[in-house]
Amino acid sequence: MAEPVFYEDLETGSEIPALVKYPTTMQLVKFAGASGDYYPIHYDRDFAQANGLRGVIVHGWLALSFLGQMITNWMGGSGILVKLSGSYRGMNFPGEDIICNGKVTRKYIEDNRHYVRLEIWAENIRGERTVSGSAVVMLPSRT
Amino acid sequence: MSEEPIISQELESLLNVEFGPEIYEIEKGMVRKFAEAIDDPNPLWRQIAPPTFPAALVPTELWHKMTSAPCPLARFLNGSSELEYYQSIRVGDVISVTARLDKLRKMEGKEGTTLFMIMETTYKNQKGDVVARGRNTYIRY
Repeated sequence: MAEPVFYEDLETGSEIPALVKYPTTMQLVKFAGASGDYYPIHYDRDFAQANGLRGVIVHGWLALSFLGQMITNWMGGSGILVKLSGSYRGMNFPGEDIICNGKVTRKYIEDNRHYVRLEIWAENIRGERTVSGSAVVMLPSRT
Repeated sequence: MSEEPIISQELESLLNVEFGPEIYEIEKGMVRKFAEAIDDPNPLWRQIAPPTFPAALVPTELWHKMTSAPCPLARFLNGSSELEYYQSIRVGDVISVTARLDKLRKMEGKEGTTLFMIMETTYKNQKGDVVARGRNTYIRY
């Protein structure tokens, strides 16, 4: 989908293109079905409110999926995702943008393979970081 | 003062017991539905499972035992997910999932006690290769 990104094109602090996603309650139903996670907090408003929330919340895995898409969109087909992690620090609600961001924190070569470590995070429309995580990708080299 | 323990005997007995393998056939429709659900139109996902696809490969026996173990903390959240990938998961693969409850940790905070349950999961393909490992934290509070 995109031009390949080469190891040499990046430095610590390089930002990767942000991705904005807009989850809907319908998407939460689709994700429940596709993942098998039928926890009612994601589609049953009464249940969510009985748990002290103002409404249903986005699955943590779905928010991490958005971050995964940000990375794979950016890398193109020649990059390989080696690690992906996220801590679900805050709630995301459907009907609000989720803004995905990432930046390079480390570059290293190991066994002649070129790795880049990224800090990744998702923010809600209130600027709160709802997912904090990291990823490691293996990228092609120009050498 | 008699109180229901946060960590019940049922939950504690799950620690470090390996469950599985549970077998998942990676069908084209299953991968397509997952890609549609996460709203990622990347054509790679016609053949290869997207990175968070292991979310759908649940070790159901351990999951059920973990979530139905008695616990006075009634609310439940997904705390974190970590995945390490060794090979792609492809349409047509048969993935065997094994998992164990690695750790239980109670933490006291201002708003009461929180229980962290950490699960380690291994995903192998039909050749016996480990294609991914996962480490997930679930929270009761």
